[in-house]
Amino acid sequence: MKYEPVIGLEVHVQLDTKTKLFCGCSTAFGARANSQICPVCIGLPGVLPVLNKEAVNLSIKTGLSLECTIAPFSKFDRKNYFYPDLPKAYQVSQFDLPVNLNGKLEIQVDGKSKVIGITRAHLEEDAGKLNHDETGTGDSGVDYNRGGIPLLEIVSEPDMRSPEEAYAYLKALKAILEYIAVSDCNMEQGSLRCDANISLRPEGQEKFGTRAEIKNLNSFRNVQKAIYYEMDRQAKMLDAGERVVQETRLYDAVSGKTRSMRSKEEANDYRYFPEPDLVPLVIDSAWSDSIKATLPELPQAKKARFVKEFELPEYDAGVLTTEIPLANYFEECVKEGAKPKVVSNWVLSELLRKLNDNNESIETCKIKPKMICEMLNLIDKGTISGKIAKTVFKEMFESGGSPEKIVQEKGLVQIADTGEIDQIIEQVLSDNTKSVEDFRGGKKNAFGFLVGQVMKASRGKANPQMVNQILGEKLK
Amino acid sequence: MSISKEDVEKVAKLARLQFSGEEVETFTSQMTDILKYIEQLNELDTEGVEPTAHVLPIQNVLREDKVTNGKPSKTIFVNAPKEEEHQFKVPQVIE
Repeated sequence: MKYEPVIGLEVHVQLDTKTKLFCGCSTAFGARANSQICPVCIGLPGVLPVLNKEAVNLSIKTGLSLECTIAPFSKFDRKNYFYPDLPKAYQVSQFDLPVNLNGKLEIQVDGKSKVIGITRAHLEEDAGKLNHDETGTGDSGVDYNRGGIPLLEIVSEPDMRSPEEAYAYLKALKAILEYIAVSDCNMEQGSLRCDANISLRPEGQEKFGTRAEIKNLNSFRNVQKAIYYEMDRQAKMLDAGERVVQETRLYDAVSGKTRSMRSKEEANDYRYFPEPDLVPLVIDSAWSDSIKATLPELPQAKKARFVKEFELPEYDAGVLTTEIPLANYFEECVKEGAKPKVVSNWVLSELLRKLNDNNESIETCKIKPKMICEMLNLIDKGTISGKIAKTVFKEMFESGGSPEKIVQEKGLVQIADTGEIDQIIEQVLSDNTKSVEDFRGGKKNAFGFLVGQVMKASRGKANPQMVNQILGEKLK
Repeated sequence: MSISKEDVEKVAKLARLQFSGEEVETFTSQMTDILKYIEQLNELDTEGVEPTAHVLPIQNVLREDKVTNGKPSKTIFVNAPKEEEHQFKVPQVIE
């Protein structure tokens, strides 16, 4: 039978605050185990948690960017379960009255736009980190440095219908979070974590099937892969007349499979109740408006502006606006006088490839916007050809030297002297009499070969238009 | 509303408590009594009354995002059954 997947995603984002959600412990990454803990975040009796205002600000900022309603009244609750990474045996979270509700996020898949609903985005504290002993002592170590760090859990509606849509959603969400700088979104350090809920239903059926929740997804590509695996697994079960069990499953990146996580099955009864140590959070419009005033231009808006203002294709605008530094770089080039589409071509092909190959970021790149413009001017003036420009570009990327200097030092100036080109062509023609005969005998593609030989003989420096013209005349 | 033996066993399991059959019997009747007592509240008309989120008439108690805690004192491990290389040691958790 043909099935349609129904996918919802839960994304946990570590908010970029200096201190934890309810105490003044540092949130710095990489500190010695248990060096950033206090009686509050390890849950000693008699302590009183106090809410971090900046964490609330960043939550509102995220909510506004996702077009959520900012709840005028929200509160905190205790989610009860026993696990060694949870020192209090409950996690402080927001249950029935979260800070952000009913948002949306637009995604693009195969050139089509789709709006994915955001159910809620609520504040909660992170748990500690369990380190499993590999020496076989049978013990696990617990480090509570991470315990109490503010998280925003962003829950989507089950609106996605393919692994590609899930991937696009995560990319779009990460772009927004980076734009508004609420989190460093570093997946390796766990600042961005994702769980996927997935179920199948026969095509055309309204009612959702039974879902599985997939955890341990440490990259967006793995989310996509895990969903594919789950679709296959659930389809096989349904085809065989079996029932899909509602459960939590772990993704194993090495095998590409998911497996049941039995420990979580029995105790899905969190007995939430209001956190008596924390008073309600009231956000009036003055507060949310003051945050709204700090919002930058968001990815979708920037993309639309690039298309309109610079007459770029959707694709170019989309890639250029994935990250603010790249978008700024491009705008800087245009400000320096470069033609938008020309500079976009260079950025999208040469620059991004070089950055990627060298694992460098646009911020540390030695080629500054002004240098790209100077190089483009050299092409416009006919000093260098587009092909030579690639050599200049490579040199600029490595040395950071100015294009003029590179062209001079390396002797890359284009040969635009008729006499000189004439001479090279004569030599090539006498060395390739067979091709000349072929051409005269009607083999038109011999012309291209001869052009290639001339360019080779000039070490790429001959002006291609002039070569074409002079060669054409000679072969008439 | 009355509490069944199964309810008591479930709550006990969630709280990681173990009771003898006799204790379960006792708690079943005791918890039923407690709930019956609380049930009196149902006699009140709460139509249109918002659920109480907090008993104190206070809201928005917030702190600035400044690091105020230095290194934790050594005594943080005093009650830990086992400590090794600054980590609390617990029986292995396998997933």
